[in-house]
Amino acid sequence: MSVLVGNETRLVVQGITGREGAFHAEACRDYGTNLVAGVVPGKGGQTAVGVPVFDTVAEAVEKTGANVGFVLVPPPFCADAYAEAVDAGLDLVVSITEGVPTRDMVRVMRTVPPGGTRILGPNCPGVISPGKAKVGIMPGFIHKEGHVGVVSRSGTLTYEAVHQLSERGIGQSTCVGIGGDPVIGTNFVDVLELFAADEDTGAVILIGEIGGGAEEEAADFIRRELKKPVVAFIAGQTAPPGRRMGHAGAIVMGGQGTAAGKMEALRSAGCTVVESPAEMGAAMEARLQG
Amino acid sequence: MNLHEHQAKALLAEYGVPIPRGKVAFSVDEAVAAASELGLPVVVKAQIHAGGRGKAGGVRLARTEDEVRAAADAILGATLVTKQTGPEGRLVRRLLVEEGVAIARELYVSFIIDRSTGRPMCVASAAGGMDIEEVAAETPEKILTVTVDPAMGMQPFQARRLAFGLGFEGQVFRNGTKFLTALYRAFEGLDASQVEINPMLVTEGGDVLALDAKVSVDDSALFRQPQVAALRDIHEESPLEVEASKHRLSYIKLDGSVGCMVNGAGLAMATMDIVKLAGASPANFLDVGGGASAEQIENAFRILSSDPEVRLVLINIFGGILRCDRLAKGLIAAVRKLGVTLPIVIRMEGTNVELARRMLEESGLDFTTADGMRDAAEQVVRKLEAVPA
Ligand SMILES: Nc1ncnc2c1ncn2[C@@H]1O[C@H](COP(=O)(O)OP(=O)(O)OP(=O)(O)O)[C@@H](O)[C@H]1O
Ligand SMILES: [Mg+2]
Repeated sequence: MSVLVGNETRLVVQGITGREGAFHAEACRDYGTNLVAGVVPGKGGQTAVGVPVFDTVAEAVEKTGANVGFVLVPPPFCADAYAEAVDAGLDLVVSITEGVPTRDMVRVMRTVPPGGTRILGPNCPGVISPGKAKVGIMPGFIHKEGHVGVVSRSGTLTYEAVHQLSERGIGQSTCVGIGGDPVIGTNFVDVLELFAADEDTGAVILIGEIGGGAEEEAADFIRRELKKPVVAFIAGQTAPPGRRMGHAGAIVMGGQGTAAGKMEALRSAGCTVVESPAEMGAAMEARLQG
Repeated sequence: MNLHEHQAKALLAEYGVPIPRGKVAFSVDEAVAAASELGLPVVVKAQIHAGGRGKAGGVRLARTEDEVRAAADAILGATLVTKQTGPEGRLVRRLLVEEGVAIARELYVSFIIDRSTGRPMCVASAAGGMDIEEVAAETPEKILTVTVDPAMGMQPFQARRLAFGLGFEGQVFRNGTKFLTALYRAFEGLDASQVEINPMLVTEGGDVLALDAKVSVDDSALFRQPQVAALRDIHEESPLEVEASKHRLSYIKLDGSVGCMVNGAGLAMATMDIVKLAGASPANFLDVGGGASAEQIENAFRILSSDPEVRLVLINIFGGILRCDRLAKGLIAAVRKLGVTLPIVIRMEGTNVELARRMLEESGLDFTTADGMRDAAEQVVRKLEAVPA
């Protein structure tokens, strides 16, 4: 098994006829993801990337049995695309879009019924279960099938971690980018819950960054419930307070959200916290051996 | 995006938040004219994007025209050093001249988006004028919070709970609930990430007013807030950061000597961290974005090299979809075109990395290629020892 995406994934790409949409739909399909449909309002009846295009997500679900959405639309339309996926009852909808207004995310999250569609992102690289399915923009070839779960607020820093693991022959069960925005659909704790229950995941790498309290909440969960080794890195140890470091959510405010606080919380929850981003793979290797 | 106090107050007033009468002034004469229009006494307030102005002498009461002139003259053109400006301080280019209000009580209220619940939250305290972080640390029981359901908006019972908690009674209670409701509407209507009123004031006449206002608006929502976007004051931003934002580069100047060029915000922060761990110091945060086109690399180099503190450039690119050979090509072109003379350490990973390395080596330019992030940081330190300061 793996989490979020796998062999059972039937992907619908929302915005499939756009440049980005077509490019990434093709890349996901080429990786082995079962791409079944595209959605672009007004372009129903056409074909793109070898699959039928529908006007609505609901129709795509009805005709193709799609169960996972990948949103590749510009920021002003992202929340609406998420909401449509929620309304159509997809299991999961992922968006990589950067620059979605925070208010839009606040409102969309309010529309998800209990047990409803899981929203991943925005402003994230997506999710990949190596050898099975990728719904995202990460380079597939750096991944390797295996048993380490990776969860991260960042994009390229996640690739860095994956690369360090694969280089050592350590494969991954699923790698999840949750995104760098202040309000996101799926948080560390949500993913850790999935990893905790997944028989295929034996250990976890958690990559956090300054800002907010999601890493502290993750530390709480790890202490109470996660009986698997965790290696963690927090980016932004040298970031000045009060500045947004590229990600809308990466800001230390009023002494809250510092790297030091997060590292301490994770350490006291039993995680191996590395100070250097170059040590993530080696630290995991050590935990797995020891 | 941050707003000046006078801009924030004008916007809040449009949503029905009561504010003192006031006028913005860009010169001493304008300040004096504003005061005579408002009537004495007035308060003359420095307008900068940083808090702590009062303690730094940036907020002065003036009872006579001469006092207005003296206060305006002292503050305008001065460099205010407050606890939020850093030691270099901030030049004051404009003032807010405001009617002097007779104060009965000073309180604190703010709205933020609580990241843990993903919902709007009101934070209030009876300790006005104090930093909320201080109150939270010393007397957390004095802080009241209310989380708002975004589909419902702030409910009357929530406004009442806050007003009771702040000890409002009678007419002040009625004015207070109205104030809080209007403030929530402004917070939502402006796509604000934060509105902070410190102090929220109760006058001797029982009015409730915003005596100070800090409003930050979500940058991602500016496309639908043209009225707010038009208020941007680029004097409040560092020139290099303004230049970088024109090219959609995310750049923040720091005070070290290692210029960093990285794709992705997380990796960019991690690169700064590893530079520091190795014993050097990052000159900046710079995210060139996912694409990292030749043009972006050129822009990035131009910005990095205009910081005189930079003695060496470290490039760390994880080429996913972006192929390393294309990156190398863009890099060589940019270095040739701009005649970059700074030593450059490059760490690349991803598709076609071997080919890219060969291209860099055969270019005849002085690139140091590194194998992995740790090696990159060590090379940086070694190179820095070799270049004169
Ligand atoms: N219009 C006014 N009438 C009377 N007193 C005022 C007026 N404006 C400000 N004051 C007094 O000055 C104090 C400081 O003002 P204000 O909160 O605007 O500045 P500050 O808090 O020092 O600056 P910052 O908000 O930048 O930290 C207030 O707490 C209040 O006592
Ligand atoms: Mg104040």
